[in-house]
Amino acid sequence: MKAAILVFPGSNREGDVAKAIELVTGRKPQMIWHGDGDFEKTDLIVVPGGFSYGDYLRCGAMAAQSPVMAEVRKRAAQGVPVLGICNGFQIVTEAGLLPGTLMRNEKLKFICGDVHLRVETSQSLFTNRYQAGQVVKVPVAHAEGNYFADEDTLKKLEDRGQIAFRYCSSDGTIDTSGNPNGSIRNIAGVFNETKTVMGLMPHPENAVEPMFGGSDGKALFESLVEALS
Amino acid sequence: MTIAAEKKLPVKLPNEPAITPQIVAEHGLASDEYERLLKIMGREPTMVELGIFSAMWSEHCSYKSSKVWLKKLPTQAPWVIQGPGENAGVIDIGDGQAAIFKMESHNHPSFIEPYQGAATGVGGILRDVFTMGARPVANLNALRFGDPKHPKTRHLVSGVVAGIGGYGNCMGIPTVGGETNFHAAYNGNILVNAMTVGIAPTDKIFYAAAAGLGNPMVYVGSKTGRDGIHGATMSSTEFNEDSESKRPTVQVGDPFVEKLLLEACLELMATDAIVAIQDMGAAGLTSSSFEMAAKGGLGLEMVLDEVPMRETGMNPYELMLSESQERMLIVLKPGREDQARRIFEKWELDFAVVGHLTDTERMVLSWHGDIVANIPIPPLVTEAPVYERPWKLTDLPAVLDASAVPPPKDWNASLLQLMSCPDLASKAWIWHQYDHLIMGNTAIRPQDGDAAVVRVPGGHKGLAMTSDCTPRYVQAHPETGGRQAVAEAWRNITATGATPLAVTDNMNFGNPQKPEIMGQFAGAIMGMAESCKALDFPVVSGNVSLYNETEGRPILPTPTIGAVGVIDDIGKTVGSRLTQGGLAIILVGETQGWLGQSIYLRELHGREEGAPPPVDLAAERRNGDFVRGQIDARRVAACHDLSDGGLLVGLAEMCIAGGTGAVVRAPAGTAAPSHAFFYGEDQARYIIATGSGDDILAAAQAAGVPAVQLGYSGGPSLVVEGLVSLALAEIKAAHEAWLPNYMNAVE
Repeated sequence: MKAAILVFPGSNREGDVAKAIELVTGRKPQMIWHGDGDFEKTDLIVVPGGFSYGDYLRCGAMAAQSPVMAEVRKRAAQGVPVLGICNGFQIVTEAGLLPGTLMRNEKLKFICGDVHLRVETSQSLFTNRYQAGQVVKVPVAHAEGNYFADEDTLKKLEDRGQIAFRYCSSDGTIDTSGNPNGSIRNIAGVFNETKTVMGLMPHPENAVEPMFGGSDGKALFESLVEALS
Repeated sequence: MTIAAEKKLPVKLPNEPAITPQIVAEHGLASDEYERLLKIMGREPTMVELGIFSAMWSEHCSYKSSKVWLKKLPTQAPWVIQGPGENAGVIDIGDGQAAIFKMESHNHPSFIEPYQGAATGVGGILRDVFTMGARPVANLNALRFGDPKHPKTRHLVSGVVAGIGGYGNCMGIPTVGGETNFHAAYNGNILVNAMTVGIAPTDKIFYAAAAGLGNPMVYVGSKTGRDGIHGATMSSTEFNEDSESKRPTVQVGDPFVEKLLLEACLELMATDAIVAIQDMGAAGLTSSSFEMAAKGGLGLEMVLDEVPMRETGMNPYELMLSESQERMLIVLKPGREDQARRIFEKWELDFAVVGHLTDTERMVLSWHGDIVANIPIPPLVTEAPVYERPWKLTDLPAVLDASAVPPPKDWNASLLQLMSCPDLASKAWIWHQYDHLIMGNTAIRPQDGDAAVVRVPGGHKGLAMTSDCTPRYVQAHPETGGRQAVAEAWRNITATGATPLAVTDNMNFGNPQKPEIMGQFAGAIMGMAESCKALDFPVVSGNVSLYNETEGRPILPTPTIGAVGVIDDIGKTVGSRLTQGGLAIILVGETQGWLGQSIYLRELHGREEGAPPPVDLAAERRNGDFVRGQIDARRVAACHDLSDGGLLVGLAEMCIAGGTGAVVRAPAGTAAPSHAFFYGEDQARYIIATGSGDDILAAAQAAGVPAVQLGYSGGPSLVVEGLVSLALAEIKAAHEAWLPNYMNAVE
């Protein structure tokens, strides 16, 4: 699997996701500077976490307008898989590749720590190495991860199986106690209609080694390798 | 040059006032200091020149009261690459890698404007580290707030924590450790001490000394604005009721720009274009340019019109004294300007050639074609005032006999009270607001061990780091307190299995012109020096913050110790979480039951008295080396050093962190009364949880280290036979509830 990782001014988890991908594929992904409108053919585009453009204006809003995102939109339309993590989820959403929006955390504070997620489907490029209903532990680190969409959109997402992960308690219960940021229906990650684009707030790339935060996030990258190699 | 440099007399700026004694005083210069200035200059200075002297000779920049004492600290060891005097200290951690680190205070600004004050404190210390060529890998912070009941405390906690998080999170550097205390002595003067640790190849370390006649001096980063003017002078005076009107002297940070600056600097550093580099911190362009020129023994001509400016109408005085953030000064090799410019333009940062190096040893500044300052550089540095201020040591208070302290009426309630008191309650509310996981190298997270441990990129080594000080001990007896602060930092590193290597010190004290305050400083230094020598733990960098007083009331003397250690195989590191039953609980070290200055005495009996626990450095070394050896032999499942709150608090922390209970009792023949045994704060002690209890006890006996088994881990409760029986859930709830409840309470 050949992966490309976008780098915006202010991106800061591009190295973490590069390390995770290298761990499962054995090859270094290419890093794409935001000013480059064109880049080599690739099997996967990753929009990493960070504070692109300082999160000024609105998280992800400026990055969504960069030349490289025009190219990403084009390739996504051709079916190239796109993974947006944290700020990358915000950027991909701002770019119109995923429905909904990410608002300020309910308690108005940045939050960093492990959360539990319930895998909602194993039927995707991104989750085929998980079991549906499986509970995994991965960290979050964000101030604006409060997912919101209107009722019609939510209904469509639910009906079409476009919800990838939900926040839950350690036993898999979906309730407010496991929800770190107030996301509607505990949504932590969503797909587009074709399930070729996925965005999520948690950081699977920071859960790929047992000594450093556990390894529950590794299967996400292994899923991609399985599907795209 | 057609005329000799010193003959170029500066012109006065339009509307520039005449220098009066009042203007001199407003610049924080004493009259004898002004006399000294006149002697160096040989004439009356311009306002720009006065401003420069004022900043350079401020306590903050010149260390004039502390210098004679700081020299007494040991700074050498075979692994020290760079000791105090540069932007940060540098130690060799093997495999061609160096750890570069320093701690610095931002106390005064954080009290006036907590968010920006704390944020720019983090920004400043990050620059100190990456200006030397290191990529920062971890941040820590040591915070001291006033009494929780004081009306300003909640607002200050909230702002400081948000500011630290706001800056560090955006920079993408994990904030992995620190400490937070509350005491009424900080009501009017909080402490915000920030520490950064970075990693660089040992052969790619950058220094500040300018070199190369004619080489270009380049300004990069943010534009210069009017923020922070006189910050260094403000930080060098006591607070009074007018201090809040000094808000405009607090700088405003932009972590996004600093992130760009970090990446741009590291990109330029990967080339060989840089001769010297220095960040602009306190006293901005003034101190950075003078330090670079002075260290290189050169002169500098700067054209201030070239300095990138945020607004129109700025004048040379403001440009030289602004403390706008996210700026660097670089001496480039000749002809490398375009290469460097391309990098900074890629990162959308300002880049300007502002001057060049000369052989005159003078700083000549021009503005609109006129010379506005012309100062000989060496005397400004070598003839800077140095004071041997009168000092009076604090007498050692009488030792408090444990029998003079009543036992708790209700043991269960006493443990819950201690675990939920402001100093010992969980600080999770704070560190969950810091990204402590970014970079994916955090092996021991906040609260999971005595020190944070992060993997050194590119291998299997771990760096352990901590920050420590027990201000109430320092207040009671500065020499003991200084000794204890260093010993505790050493112990915290040891408890993770790492070898302690070096220290950065952040000396926070009151007004040094008072002999008793200067005596606290002197005493603390004496104690620290003894510990550093005995433990092979040199000081490689540091910072002094004096005048931490409000309306004449000083803070508790707080020499915060930041420390770094290394463990060759990070897979061997241990935390303090007790995660399995059936392990032997072993106490290493001797317990006399020292209750003087203990948390137990303060929280349960409202008394802050007695001598603090003595620090036996030979025992520290022996016990610590023993514990580290047992961890290295993989015999230890969890380890926790004992400090605030003593044995029972330490054990409770291990239990709730790992979700496993324990059943213990005082060993037969214990002389101390139970409350002194379980709550005394004797030093040089550790609790170990182990599946190899007999081996460890035998090894301890062979090594002459006191060690005794207290019981076993297991069960859902913490039980001290005959005294305490509490469900972990109850302890955990009390421990974790205090801070969030306090912060969420409506005034």
